[in-house]
Amino acid sequence: MSIESADNQGDEMETTIQKSSLSDISAARAQKQPGSNALGVGLEARGVHAWFGEKHVLENVSLDFWPGSVTALIGPSGCGKSTFIRTLNRMHEFIPGAAMAGEVLLNGEDIYAAGVDVTKIRLKVGMVFQKPNPFPSMTIAENVLAGLKLAQLKVEKKDELLEECLERAGLWSEVKDRLNTHGGALSGGQQQRLCIARALAVRPQVLLMDEPCSALDPGSTLRIEETISQLSSSVTIVIVTHNMQQAARVSDYTAFFLSDGGPGQMVEVGSTNDIFSRPKDQRTENYVTGRFG
Amino acid sequence: MSSTITQAPAEIPAKREISTKPRLSDRVFRGVVTSGGLSSLVILGLILIFLLFNGYSTLKSQGLHFLTSSNWQAAVNDAGQFDAKNSHFGIAAMLIGTMIVAVIAVIIGVPISVGAAIYLTFYAPAFVKRVMVSAIDLMAAFPSVLFGLWGFFVLESSGEYWAKLINKFFSWIPIFQLPAPYVNRSPFIAGLVLAVMIIPIVTSISREIFSQTPLDRIQAAYALGGTRFAMLRAVAFPYARSGIVGGIMLGLGRAMGETVAVYTVLNIVYQVNWHILFSAGGNVASMILLKFGDASPYEIKALMAAGLVLFILTLIVNSLANLIVARTGKSGR
Amino acid sequence: MSSLEKVATPQPRKPWAPTPIDQAKTAGIVAASTLISLLLILVSPLSGKLAFVVLFSIAYLIIDFAVSYAKAGRSAAVDSLFRGLVTTAILIAVTPIVSILFTVWIRGHKGLHWTLFTKDMHNNAFTDPVNQGGLLHAIIGTFLLVIFAMIISVPIGILTALYLTEVRGRFTRPIEFLVQAMSGVPSIVAGLFIYAAILIPFTKTVNGIQGSLALAILMIPTVARTSQEVLKLIPSDLREAGVALGGTQWRSVALVVVPAARSGLITAMILGVARVAGETAPILLLTGGSGTKNFNVFSGSLGSLPNYIWQAFGAGTPESITRAWAGILVLLVIVVILFTAARILGNRKVGKK
Repeated sequence: MSIESADNQGDEMETTIQKSSLSDISAARAQKQPGSNALGVGLEARGVHAWFGEKHVLENVSLDFWPGSVTALIGPSGCGKSTFIRTLNRMHEFIPGAAMAGEVLLNGEDIYAAGVDVTKIRLKVGMVFQKPNPFPSMTIAENVLAGLKLAQLKVEKKDELLEECLERAGLWSEVKDRLNTHGGALSGGQQQRLCIARALAVRPQVLLMDEPCSALDPGSTLRIEETISQLSSSVTIVIVTHNMQQAARVSDYTAFFLSDGGPGQMVEVGSTNDIFSRPKDQRTENYVTGRFG
Repeated sequence: MSSTITQAPAEIPAKREISTKPRLSDRVFRGVVTSGGLSSLVILGLILIFLLFNGYSTLKSQGLHFLTSSNWQAAVNDAGQFDAKNSHFGIAAMLIGTMIVAVIAVIIGVPISVGAAIYLTFYAPAFVKRVMVSAIDLMAAFPSVLFGLWGFFVLESSGEYWAKLINKFFSWIPIFQLPAPYVNRSPFIAGLVLAVMIIPIVTSISREIFSQTPLDRIQAAYALGGTRFAMLRAVAFPYARSGIVGGIMLGLGRAMGETVAVYTVLNIVYQVNWHILFSAGGNVASMILLKFGDASPYEIKALMAAGLVLFILTLIVNSLANLIVARTGKSGR
Repeated sequence: MSSLEKVATPQPRKPWAPTPIDQAKTAGIVAASTLISLLLILVSPLSGKLAFVVLFSIAYLIIDFAVSYAKAGRSAAVDSLFRGLVTTAILIAVTPIVSILFTVWIRGHKGLHWTLFTKDMHNNAFTDPVNQGGLLHAIIGTFLLVIFAMIISVPIGILTALYLTEVRGRFTRPIEFLVQAMSGVPSIVAGLFIYAAILIPFTKTVNGIQGSLALAILMIPTVARTSQEVLKLIPSDLREAGVALGGTQWRSVALVVVPAARSGLITAMILGVARVAGETAPILLLTGGSGTKNFNVFSGSLGSLPNYIWQAFGAGTPESITRAWAGILVLLVIVVILFTAARILGNRKVGKK
């Protein structure tokens, strides 16, 4: 796969969004809660279970992610939300003893089907981790373009891509004069935005963020949240967060996960507004009002 | 200190010395540990002094010829006493031999070791890994005399096969030529045995370093759609590079100083031999062992001088290794 | 969703594990490579098992590369080529171990008999029939040599490591440098040094402790470096926690750091012992090779296993060479036992924490 094709897909994505933008999507959002009806486009989890060895850690999660929306996964520690997000781009399987069941559909195709090239899946479903992890042996520019090098993708206009990704990650103005210095000198928040830029450079369709702000100070957190809001028009974002205010600020939809000692389950999902103001489930209400967790 | 800064509204106070007087127990602890730490300095210094003290007379009478000539002759006069005038001591042939076998060992052993370490760290299933790591660690504990005998009785025959093959196809390269059709007990075979000997050392050091590659960087590489090889190239190699150079140098040092295995396998002939497939060679260490048995006190002094040269040589290799590690280490981590 | 509607839990699966189709493909590649290399051996001047193995590896790598290339493109093909290369590397790395263990058993077990452990060689020559004499003296000698070497080197090695990781005084860098340099000291040089420093000026004759001293020199850097690596891995917040609780540095090291690193320090000791147990060169210069039992390391020629093996090998008759292999077998068994025991000990300590 070359970057051109990825590019085209990105364009298709955007046109899909533009075509259906405003009226369609808002109409769809209005009438259709994320549920279990096949969308045929975007990312859909169908009855996902996860195990580590014998331990059943995640039970029967089905969830759709709207193109161009931000979905927040909230819940106390150990509720399986991080495990769930890692099943969405097949990072789950790196943990020894991991197993899963169910399906994850990307554009209608199961990413766990036999013969699927896992590296191509991860190009379409990017990920940003809890701790900023730029490659210390590379410069800022090399870091942003690292994904292209890793996946051996060819790209025509590297400089433009570099600027675009850093711009989208909200980092361009801060680093444009020192693109060829090492990334390690940046602050934690800048490093995390560098990691976002790096993830964007391969033009993913979906961006998974596993507690991206938990290692950052409030100021940097705010910058990342702004970045997320700006990105949400072009990339589907799934964000795991401990911070309920953050979920309320950045997301369109929120899913609440909980484990009662057994495997983690998704208790409730709905528009962020509904989850925080009119939760249907008592446990959700207890959690979002801060009574536990 | 602020006399030049006239605008300074407030005087910057002098830095306070943070003086926590360590308690007695800590001072004793530090003293004991420091003296233990300095032992390496003391030992290395003593080695240098004693070898120099004993080898000095030889070095003085032979001068630079000790390093450049390949003539070793402990002459005895008519009265049966040591004849300093007609004795010649030069170790050039053995110095070159030392380098030849050690370099062969590194060239053959290092790619295998680093590859094995990568397999064990990033590819092996848990069970295979456990078994193989134990086996390789165990091999590091095999005594050199065992490698010598194994090389003599077992590796020799396949070594000769390879030597003939290499000679057949690559004899246009000078070092693979044969002055006479004897390929047994050659520097090549000694190098093979040494390669086998350094494999466990280099493998376990490389594995140790690879296994410390930060997991978050590995995951970042995979999450960007990298294959395993792409991940290794972007993350693991830059991280491990300097440490592996250290491991290789350690292997080189071991190969340069190896005595018994080389003595057993190699046909020690006191001449410069660049034809690595040909049955003649030697290294300083094995030469010392060979001559030591029936050496007169005077010849022992010459052997001490040879030991001094070997000691300094290995010190230089190790120091160079450290410098390389220090330089590459900056960008690696 | 509620707990009322109980959905049956599906079976866990691992979609990333190789499927039967993948395995069949691998088997196919193996079969094809075997065929090609056999053909090549038949038609070309190459011959023998070794040539087959080499041709097979090359054929496998090429076919595997081509198959991946056709299926998933260049980066996947490079990936599987690299996987093939490192797998070959590990196989080459373990082959000598198997060969050595096999050889030692095949050649050594003929020389095994019970009197080996009850008799010494003071009435026998190496060229005598194999069932006469024994190597009790050599076993005793080797144990004495190693124990005294440990007594000298382990404290020094660990203190050095503690200096480098805990005290970190102004000599840290030079000492780190020197320890690294010391690890390169060839065994024969250590032997020559003790010969020059002790045998020539003082004892003028061989004895055991001289051997132990030389072995200790070889052990110190191994112990120090390995211990340092282990101590480095102890997280620094553990130390800070110790000091922050009001402990002195000495107590924090003794009660927190060293216990946490215990299994690693044991490993360091083993690696040190392993480095020297079969060390031959300095032994040949310093300890002598008596065939009689000697319990005193401070006086008299001390036989040892490496020395026994060396003399037997040098005698050159079929009997003596069988003796040499039997000696190696015993030495190897001792090394393996030490190695395993220390491993188990080290692991258990970790498990208990």
